[in-house]
Amino acid sequence: MKNTNEEITEQKPVSKGAYLFSVVRLSAILIILCGIVYPLASTALAQVLMPFQANGSLLENREGKVIGSELIGQNFRNPALFYGRVSSIEYKAEASGSNNYGPSNPDMLKRTSDFIAQWKIDNPDVPVHELPIDLVTNSGSGLDPHISPAAARVQIPRISGLTGVPSDTLKNLVKEHTEGRDLGLFGEERVNVLKLNMALLELSAK
Amino acid sequence: MGIVQIIAVITILLLLVKPLGTYLYYAFSNEPNRSDRIFGGIEKGIFKLGGLKELGGMSWKKYAISFLSTNIVLVAFGYLILRLQGGLPLNPNGIGELEQSLTFNTVISFITNTNLQHYSGETGLSYFSQMAVITMLMFTSAASGLSVAVAFVRGITGGKTLGNFFQDFVKSHTRIFLPLALLVTLILVALQVPQTLQPTLEVSTLEGQSQQIAIGPVASLESIKHLGTNGGGFFGANSAHPFENPSPLTNVIEMLSMWMLPASLPYMYGLFAKNKRQGWGIFSAMMILFVLLLSLNFYAESKGNPAIHAMGIDVSQGSMEGKEVRFGIAQSSLFTTVTTAATTGSVNNMHDTQTPLGQITPLALMMLNNVFGGKGVGLINMLMYAILAVFLCGLMVGRTPEFLGRKIEAREMKLIAIAILIHPLIILAPTALSFLTDLGQGSISNPGYHGLTQVLYEYASSAANNGSGFEGLADNNTFWNMMTGLVMLLGRYISMIAMLAVAGSLLRKQPVPETIGTFRTDNGLFTGILIGTVLIIGALTFLPVIVLGPIAEHLTLR
Repeated sequence: MKNTNEEITEQKPVSKGAYLFSVVRLSAILIILCGIVYPLASTALAQVLMPFQANGSLLENREGKVIGSELIGQNFRNPALFYGRVSSIEYKAEASGSNNYGPSNPDMLKRTSDFIAQWKIDNPDVPVHELPIDLVTNSGSGLDPHISPAAARVQIPRISGLTGVPSDTLKNLVKEHTEGRDLGLFGEERVNVLKLNMALLELSAK
Repeated sequence: MGIVQIIAVITILLLLVKPLGTYLYYAFSNEPNRSDRIFGGIEKGIFKLGGLKELGGMSWKKYAISFLSTNIVLVAFGYLILRLQGGLPLNPNGIGELEQSLTFNTVISFITNTNLQHYSGETGLSYFSQMAVITMLMFTSAASGLSVAVAFVRGITGGKTLGNFFQDFVKSHTRIFLPLALLVTLILVALQVPQTLQPTLEVSTLEGQSQQIAIGPVASLESIKHLGTNGGGFFGANSAHPFENPSPLTNVIEMLSMWMLPASLPYMYGLFAKNKRQGWGIFSAMMILFVLLLSLNFYAESKGNPAIHAMGIDVSQGSMEGKEVRFGIAQSSLFTTVTTAATTGSVNNMHDTQTPLGQITPLALMMLNNVFGGKGVGLINMLMYAILAVFLCGLMVGRTPEFLGRKIEAREMKLIAIAILIHPLIILAPTALSFLTDLGQGSISNPGYHGLTQVLYEYASSAANNGSGFEGLADNNTFWNMMTGLVMLLGRYISMIAMLAVAGSLLRKQPVPETIGTFRTDNGLFTGILIGTVLIIGALTFLPVIVLGPIAEHLTLR
């Protein structure tokens, strides 16, 4: 059966070689356009218009030294500071990710119950049923910079005891550092642990 | 509050469907229109440089060959660059060549719009590879899919020809992906996604430890990753990484970026069919299936993991293992559903860590593979089910089935049967095969029923060209690189070529005039029948294996 479309293409025959050469040339143009021009033009625009954001939203301390990015969590081990979430990669940001434990994984269940047992020892003043789940669980990226406001509040008795900063002052500090939902609607309320700890250190230095 | 957020995002999407669908129609109808003034000149330049003098209509075979040969050239280029990246420029972190089977898997993964990643971006790829291979293939694979979908729509709606592949392919870039990607890139940078060529940063933290922070040209990849429903992340943690997705606002933008084009395609189809109700019928079927599966995931994730509940902590936030605090359950659950519906495969939470019932949602969406779907392919698959639904109804009343005024006969049904059967075959057969070999079994990281889901998910994701994973699976070895590479190839090209053939075959038929006895395909009844067909076929094929995986895990979890 003769196809009407085939007739259209057969009217002006193109040799196989010329056709293939066109395919290669067209591919080359698109490789340059999408793979080189587009990302480099984006980089140039971003660097000129928004250098702070384009370079990773870096935070400096009082002396002007870069101490990290406000978007990337840090591994806080000092019990006198606020802890972030569990991270199997210990916030090593040259990589990212987690152990991907399924909900029935015995290693995950053991990690969680061990964490709770240790928590009871370190925070005797806070009942376990107030311990929020985000503090006990591994984030997806392993670099989550945030904890929930509740997860910051349950750490106040411990930090107050170790630093001598009154717990009401700490409560206010957490409140000041609580970021609301985006546009009042999207996402969840959260506290940036690095920024909170920077403020806490300034407070205790006074 | 969670449900309000979800409704807000869906509402924005609904508002975008009509203007975007109309724009897509004008871009591809090839009638003169206003956008020619902006883009016409650039396109002429590209055609001239490419040596394409004539852009006449193609037969389905010519269209398929042009599509395949372009893809082959691009994949060969990508393979070379990845193997040679160590000696190429823009490699400030000094990364060496990619291993052979991993390169094979990676280039196939990106040309098929799957973006399954067995490498980790931070340590595996140079900035040049991220740009010239990964970002480039994200554009070209999406444009390929969109072109084929447009050709298919032209064929079944009685166009004169299927169109010209090169013209569709170039227009997809110039009128849709490049301008939108640049716009979304700049918005993302404004919202703190990095875009730089500096090497990995080294800082001294607040506690005085050293921390290395991987960075790079993230935003330009992030935007096309979602617009092109690609899904491959710059970093290993994908859109859960705070540099790829720093806030709930960027999360909403990324979800809309990957969802708005697939959701507008049914409307575009309605315009091509000169009957908008046809388009809305298809759209409604997709949206109803979407909301059903979203509800399941949102419910299960909010309810959380009973094994953790038993430990007596405050679990009011839901299941937070593998999730980010800024997103919480609502933004994570919606992202999971959108990314597996639109076959993007980016993740903002780890699907491996979801509750067993929650896992059914991403699995089911990849198994159905037609709820919105990837760039173009989802619409093709849904129309394929629409033709099947018409055929089944025709059998029941004993009439020759017609779709859009064309008779559906043996040739079309054979091709559709191939396309429908290949999908479960390339998911279930390799899953079984993997359990029969030590190579396959050895990679499972979660014991018990969850291990079955890990393997099943990997193949469902490959076959649906989704690319998300249960990332616990140790999949970067020759066995998995080859197996999933083949599944991705078969999953992408067999159904696309079969459907181009269907379009070519319908194009040749004499239109049948509509009578009172014609079975209508633009009303609520048909939408209902379409949903029924999708669910019955999906359930018949996949229910047994879902019972063995997630449902068994759910029943044993306490």
